[in-house]
Amino acid sequence: MLGRDALIKASELSARTARLPPSLTINNLHLSYPRGTALSDVTLEIPPAEVTAIIGPSGCGKSTLLRCMNRMNDTIEGCQYRGEILLGEEDILAPETDVTALRRRVGMVFQRPNPFPKSIYDNIAYGPRIGGVRRKRLLDEIVERCLRQAALWDEVKDRLDASALSLSLGQQQRLIIARSIAVEPEVLLLDEPASSLDPISTLRIEELIYELKRNYTVIIVTHNMQQAARVADWTAFMHEGKVIEFDRTDDIFTNPSEQATEDYITGRYG
Amino acid sequence: MPVFGSDAMTWLSAWCVTLSLLVFVGFLSVLLFFAGQWLVADAPNGSMMTARLDTIERLLLSGGGNGEFNAMLPAIVGTSVVVILMSVLVAPLGVVVAIYLCEYARGTWYTELVRIGMQNLAGVPSIIYGVFGLTFFVYTIGGSLDEWFYADRLPSPTLGSPGLLWAAITLALLTLPTVVVAAEEGLQRIPNSLREGSYALGATRIETIIRVLIPAASPSFITGIILAIARAAGEVAPLMLVGVVKFAPELPVSLQAPFVHLEHKFMHMGFYIFDVANHAALGSGRLGLLCAASLFLVAVILSLNISAIVLRSSLRRRFDSPEDI
Repeated sequence: MLGRDALIKASELSARTARLPPSLTINNLHLSYPRGTALSDVTLEIPPAEVTAIIGPSGCGKSTLLRCMNRMNDTIEGCQYRGEILLGEEDILAPETDVTALRRRVGMVFQRPNPFPKSIYDNIAYGPRIGGVRRKRLLDEIVERCLRQAALWDEVKDRLDASALSLSLGQQQRLIIARSIAVEPEVLLLDEPASSLDPISTLRIEELIYELKRNYTVIIVTHNMQQAARVADWTAFMHEGKVIEFDRTDDIFTNPSEQATEDYITGRYG
Repeated sequence: MPVFGSDAMTWLSAWCVTLSLLVFVGFLSVLLFFAGQWLVADAPNGSMMTARLDTIERLLLSGGGNGEFNAMLPAIVGTSVVVILMSVLVAPLGVVVAIYLCEYARGTWYTELVRIGMQNLAGVPSIIYGVFGLTFFVYTIGGSLDEWFYADRLPSPTLGSPGLLWAAITLALLTLPTVVVAAEEGLQRIPNSLREGSYALGATRIETIIRVLIPAASPSFITGIILAIARAAGEVAPLMLVGVVKFAPELPVSLQAPFVHLEHKFMHMGFYIFDVANHAALGSGRLGLLCAASLFLVAVILSLNISAIVLRSSLRRRFDSPEDI
């Protein structure tokens, strides 16, 4: 039994180091809600294994765009879209896409920490259990690995059975990140992950994002331009449902080619 | 802040609370007073203590007063059994209905129709439920079941006459709206972010419901059951049509399989009290008996409620839900 466990672990590890997470290619994406258009003609090429930030004023459609990438908008009534989003080779907006399988490949962390009212352990084990992992030892391993990866292990290792709601907000958000990576996604979507946190917790989340890009393609929506400048390799600026500019973060912030981008990042807008 | 605060509104509301508390305490004291008086007065010769025990023994087990009152224990057992059976029936049904209304068909015309139907059901006088139970459950369904499964015993009916099963089902129907409304409120209070969090991990809707929503809302399901118990244990009128009798020679539960005898008629505290009250005019002593029986009914309901509340608080601890869901 031990041999088999070790084998699983070894193969997991080699898969992890050998695997390059996929890129996401968005082509001509239009999206509308009953009250109006949210995204028009969005085209973006999100590079693999790097951090891409999406910035822009409130209501510019950046969260909506993010929620397209794991089909989370499907849960909103009256939401219609066309265009394509290629995850690797596959069009995830195709009607025949298995949405639950897709969401296991594309994880998501929300604006406010949303731990389940369960123990820390059960929160992390939730995804793997749904995926059919039953063996306690394997679950234990996954929980430890994910908590370590999310830099939370040392703080909670003695109270894995404690309620997830007993953690501070910053810890909860790292728990959510640990919970997302427990299903071994390839892409991580972060929807303003630090907007409800204090500066120190924010810093820890940012350090974590920096670590995560080794294994995942990370896309972060943020309100905070300094944050985008600190964590992202690439930055897309959105305005009124369109991508105005997409470039290396350094270029966007030092030498934007569009006037609207410059107005936004210099604070003359929004 | 002082309880009887300085402004008029807090003052008024504090007094109203006190008044209702006094009414409740006064009501219990009246019951206690008459019951106690009867206990003392009814004591035959001998030591006071054994006499009282003897009286309680007669009240609970053997009946007395030259057949004026029956033993009360069968009624206590009957009430408890029918209420527990009702809870077992109404809990899953109510929760499933609430989940459907809240998670699957939120905001559709069909949901609204069901909701309006529920509200109307809650407003129907309980005796109508008794009539419905008698005509539909007992005669129609029970009669058919007799023809299919117990044909050899006909013409004497087995399930085709009033009994424990039909009484419990009728009560479950009566309390269904209560459970559905409470369960729905619990589900609605779960923030959408929990559902999204579960979907984002690749869970399907049914997995989300079973693994996240039901555990998180389970305290409010129990709240619904508590309210249902409170309502059901007090209902007598419909039960008199579908299974409760003045005197039942056998308990509806026994140590022999199948342990719970669904086709038996049974005794009920409410009907017992009604029966004693009919004799109460005979002497002032019976008034005390009436009060003692009422106290027992209150105690039965209270203990059923307390066990549900204990269950709820343990669920709250386990699933760590905030107090208000």
